[in-house]
Amino acid sequence: MNANVTTPEVIQPNEETTTAEEKIFYATQWQLMWLKFKKHRVAMAAGIIIIFMYLVAIFAPFVAPYDPDTRHRNAALAPPTKIRFIDENGFSFRPFIHPIKQEVDFTTFQRIYVEDTSRRLPIRFFVRGEEYKLFGITTNIHLFGVDEGAIFLFGTDRLGRDMFTRIIYGSRISMSIGLVGVFLSLVLGLIFGGISGYYGGIVDGIIQRVIEVLRSFPTIPLWMALSAALPPDWSPVKVYLGITVILSLIGWTSLGRQVRGLVLSIKNEDFVVAARLAGTSEPKIILTHLIPSFMSHIIASITLSIPNMILSETSLSFLGIGLRPPVISWGTLLQQAQNVHSIVMAPWLLIPGLFVIIFVLVFNFLGDGLRDAADPYGQ
Amino acid sequence: MLRFISRRLLQMIPMLIMISIISFIIIQLPPGSYLHTMIAQMHAAGEQINHELIEAIKARYSLDAPAHIQYFNWMKGIITRGDFGYSFEWEKPVSLLIWERLALTLAVSVSSLLFSWIVAFPIAIYSAVNKYTIGDYFLTLLGFLGLSIPNFMLALILMYISLKYFGTNVGGLFSPEYVMAPWSWAKFKDMLEHIWVPMVVIGTSGTAGLIRVLRNNLLDELSKPYVVAARSKGIGTIRLLFKYPVRLAIIPFISTVGWTLPQMISGEAVTAVVLGLPTAGPLLLRALQSQDMYLAGSFTLLLASLTIIGTLISDILLVLVDPRIRYE
Repeated sequence: MNANVTTPEVIQPNEETTTAEEKIFYATQWQLMWLKFKKHRVAMAAGIIIIFMYLVAIFAPFVAPYDPDTRHRNAALAPPTKIRFIDENGFSFRPFIHPIKQEVDFTTFQRIYVEDTSRRLPIRFFVRGEEYKLFGITTNIHLFGVDEGAIFLFGTDRLGRDMFTRIIYGSRISMSIGLVGVFLSLVLGLIFGGISGYYGGIVDGIIQRVIEVLRSFPTIPLWMALSAALPPDWSPVKVYLGITVILSLIGWTSLGRQVRGLVLSIKNEDFVVAARLAGTSEPKIILTHLIPSFMSHIIASITLSIPNMILSETSLSFLGIGLRPPVISWGTLLQQAQNVHSIVMAPWLLIPGLFVIIFVLVFNFLGDGLRDAADPYGQ
Repeated sequence: MLRFISRRLLQMIPMLIMISIISFIIIQLPPGSYLHTMIAQMHAAGEQINHELIEAIKARYSLDAPAHIQYFNWMKGIITRGDFGYSFEWEKPVSLLIWERLALTLAVSVSSLLFSWIVAFPIAIYSAVNKYTIGDYFLTLLGFLGLSIPNFMLALILMYISLKYFGTNVGGLFSPEYVMAPWSWAKFKDMLEHIWVPMVVIGTSGTAGLIRVLRNNLLDELSKPYVVAARSKGIGTIRLLFKYPVRLAIIPFISTVGWTLPQMISGEAVTAVVLGLPTAGPLLLRALQSQDMYLAGSFTLLLASLTIIGTLISDILLVLVDPRIRYE
């Protein structure tokens, strides 16, 4: 009897370890990938930053203190506002700024901005400012701001528009163009790469040659040529779609090659042959057996191709043949920094580029982690 | 070997034909044409229109004919006479405009390629030998940073620094006194003094990729039994490293020329616009914007052909360097 009573207590911890082990044995492929991905700290951090950046982009009107087209009078090319805690009147827990005043330097005859240190403008959160509409709700509450005067975290542009606001709004276009472009490339790559690998033969030969030809074009000149062909009277939305199509026109080729290679390597695996022998139709084999088994690799490589798309959009817009103002993207914002003299005068005009770098960097790290995790059975 | 090369040369022909067709389609895409714009502008300005010249140009390139006939005429001119068409904007034959610029583009691209090799090589070896150390992480991060900075931005930053702190302008490929001068030894030396800026700017974008490939290859090699055996026999790290693993790991440098070269030419196009280099990029951009179709088409065609030739050279080199690769 005694033995019987104690047995459960002895077995209890054992059972727990076996369930933990069993969890790994029975874990699906995706669960294993998640476990492996979690170990990749840099990639996890990158993923969190990316989610944060997209959240900011979605809630742009709330995060930005102003409307992107608001021109602040007497504040053209104003430098970034300094946020202070201390001035000659002592320390304040609430950060504050000094209002700025435009003056003319009588030796160089250039506009300069002077801080009026006698007044403090406290920075407040959830302040009421310009009205905006977000998800159908009209409100005027912004994340932060000052009650009077104005705060320019990243300075202003030539027309006195707040650069911080414009960068936040620009992230909406810049960060989505990569996603849309990658989605299009994915569809094209899956279709052509899949056909090429699955059917082989002449079709495969033709598709491979087409890919080779497309890849031999230096991308920027080709993109330049194609975007120059977009009619100048197109609406901004049409141009946006046109640019994504152009970007994905080349983007699909590398994906197509990978899909072909992956299809070739698994199309003769036992489970596929079994499905074929059981009379499963070919589209169903492709959709339910082939694609799910290499989807993880594809996700990793599309993550790595998003940064390329963003860099391309930025370069094209910078050259003036991509998106055009009034559309706000990081590329069009950088157009103002096209020559070195405007940068010497207003270095903060380069800040949108900083966001491009950060975004591209984190996507590369995320993609790296995903690529390692995509093969959870390795090592 | 000869058979291998001649077969590869034959394979190039259909690719070149397809490239020429695509180039031609691209220049036909924009609505309207430069000639129309030119005539309209002359009308507006009340200028005398040189009908004879316009008719002569139209007849020579059969601009009123259907597109495929125009294409064949263009091709015929290129193959038989080396005539790439006429630049309406510059009022000169295209062939007079492109060669020097293409040569400079090639010079900048190839030197960028060499730069990225020279930088990537020691970094990758260091990273592979000292993997997962702080140095490895730092250098990898540096490589990624080079990858993430748009070329034009790096160019702008370099220009900004040199203007702000050294008071010199690093734009261009020549000093002012040499811009129009004919080629001479002095001009060549002047070019070498200027070429480093675009070289660094364009080279950094390709370095990260090379570092990764070389590092991974080297890591694979380093764990192989022959390396372990050699090490157990007491061969010094440096000597061991350079005797075999590095020689094997270096192969990607050659095999990636094929795709690095288009990347460099691409990067060159944007960088050249910012730095104001007298290369193909800025002229191509201008030609595209003003619909100077033959000039734009010829540049696209020749830049793409360059990359095909680059791929061919890299394939031949690969066979020469790596005895394990068969000609088949």
